[in-house]
Amino acid sequence: MSHLLTDEQKMIKDLCRQIAREKIQPVAAEYDEKEEFPWPIVKILAESDICGIYIPEAYGGMGGGILELAIATEELSWGCGGISLAFAATGLGTFPIILFGNDEQKKKYLPRIAKGTIAAFCITEAEAGSDAGSIKTTAVKDGDHYILNGTKQWITNGGEAEIYTVIAMTDKNKGARGATAFVVEKGTKGLDFGKKEKKLGIRGSATREVIFTDCKIPKENMLSKQGMGFIVAMKTFDYSRPGVAAQALGIAQRALDEAVKYSHERKQFGQFISSFQGIQFMLADMAIQVEAARAMVYRAARIIDSGAKDISKLSAIAKTFASDVAMKVTTDAVQVFGGYGYMREYPVEKLMRDAKITQIYEGTNQIQRSIIAAHLIKELKKK
Amino acid sequence: MHVVVCIKQVPNTTQVRINPETNTLIRDGVESIINPFDMYAIEEGIRLREKFGGKVTVISMGPPQADQALKEAISMGCDEAILITDRAFAGSDTWATSYVLSQAIKKIKDFNVILCGKQASDGDTAQVGPGISTHLDIPQVTYVKKIEEISEKSARVERMMEEGFEIIEIPLPCLFTVVKEINEPRLPSLKGKMKAKKAEIPKWSAEDLNCDFDKIGLDGSPTRVVKIFTPTPRKGGEILKGDTKEIVDRLASELKNEC
Repeated sequence: MSHLLTDEQKMIKDLCRQIAREKIQPVAAEYDEKEEFPWPIVKILAESDICGIYIPEAYGGMGGGILELAIATEELSWGCGGISLAFAATGLGTFPIILFGNDEQKKKYLPRIAKGTIAAFCITEAEAGSDAGSIKTTAVKDGDHYILNGTKQWITNGGEAEIYTVIAMTDKNKGARGATAFVVEKGTKGLDFGKKEKKLGIRGSATREVIFTDCKIPKENMLSKQGMGFIVAMKTFDYSRPGVAAQALGIAQRALDEAVKYSHERKQFGQFISSFQGIQFMLADMAIQVEAARAMVYRAARIIDSGAKDISKLSAIAKTFASDVAMKVTTDAVQVFGGYGYMREYPVEKLMRDAKITQIYEGTNQIQRSIIAAHLIKELKKK
Repeated sequence: MHVVVCIKQVPNTTQVRINPETNTLIRDGVESIINPFDMYAIEEGIRLREKFGGKVTVISMGPPQADQALKEAISMGCDEAILITDRAFAGSDTWATSYVLSQAIKKIKDFNVILCGKQASDGDTAQVGPGISTHLDIPQVTYVKKIEEISEKSARVERMMEEGFEIIEIPLPCLFTVVKEINEPRLPSLKGKMKAKKAEIPKWSAEDLNCDFDKIGLDGSPTRVVKIFTPTPRKGGEILKGDTKEIVDRLASELKNEC
């Protein structure tokens, strides 16, 4: 199936699939078991120019858009939904710079990221999850500097990344309008990392606390203007959600592929289980859902790349649908495998564990539905 | 440093099937790939360029569709590619093939090192690399597993042996055939793939290479393939059971009968 991709997009798909098959898939179970960060894979992605896919050519990247990013994320996640996050979550940490950085900031950070430097986005705190408005990390102006204090939680790529984009409160009294975005580099005095979390899935990805203690950064590290922090975050999520959707899509496609293959290997009652209608209908339903998710993710990505302004609803719809599909399809894949599917020796239980996070992070699917509903009501009022 | 890498396009199968009537390889429906051993030669060529500068030229003798193998080499990072193709080359054995490749390298002229895979996965002869160096009258080392040192004038390499390795010093220009222990070939890069897509690969014919027509093709090939056949699978051995003296006697008489 071509999915109406350009030659360049097909090249990205082919190359990422080759990396997923030859380099990621063989080590996925090991990284899942050991919970290590996949540096050798990051090196391969950097050498293959994948790290710079979505970064403008002027800043050392390949000049691709959200669709290119989504295609790469999908294919890499087919190999491993955890390992692919080193790439995909770097995208999340990079979008604030692409979308809101000035030329100097872009020149300083983007070429490094295109060459394989890892980035991370820091917004979540212990008491500020879905309610991102209640973050407590502060940034206090001190002459030509800002001083950051507070603890960010569950930061993907935390500790491994060199470049952190951070949302902190510059004016607590102003609520959401009192937040500001900053770039903090690893090695800055006062930037430390907490314990590495032990997770259900995506265990080849690092998740840590990022701790700021009187962390002094030059005011040149501020992205956009003071008070724009939430706009930076929300816009970033609009652009990054198709990436989560693509991660979910890759995991779902893998589950479907594994289930189809196994159904034609496993014999019961003297025949392949693929000959039973009960299995056939499950496989067909999985395929329908995966294909619908792909259509939705690619469409959302194309519309964003076309320069459309109002993309929050579309982005939220794609993320919600694809991640719900991933959870359903991976659960069904385990069912097709039966008892074997429940065993770690087979690849599908990991897919089910990896799929779950896509319904939770970058805004739970309940928050996505709130965003979608809010837009529906706003659109009604406009009429 | 100018490195010339010689590659061959081969069918992607370890289970080559043979047409029992014509005794030729069945290539239908089999995907073509770069000979796996040549991938190590490509990688080593690119590494030499990365270390010393210069360029890597990859060449292949084959049918027009072998340009896909050359494009893949470009996508990995080779700078230039040349396809050596002519109907007059058809039927060339390893001697004629190495003659044609040596003519092409003479035309390329300024090279420091020629790299080949140790052998091709379809013919398995391991003769073309040494043949090229013979035609060019330059020194060669086969089964190279490591290039320890290399300069414009000479190189020191490790040559794989059945047990251990030899260390050989050799003046340049020279030819190496490499084994898989030498490196791990890289994947293509996105920029490389884009360059490969746009690349126009020059085609050199027998005439372009000033080939002596008596030395190429079937007529120029001293090798005659008398027969290619699939050996019949070996039957399992027989295990003798029973009283030791009896089975020793039986074994002895069976062995006598066999001889």
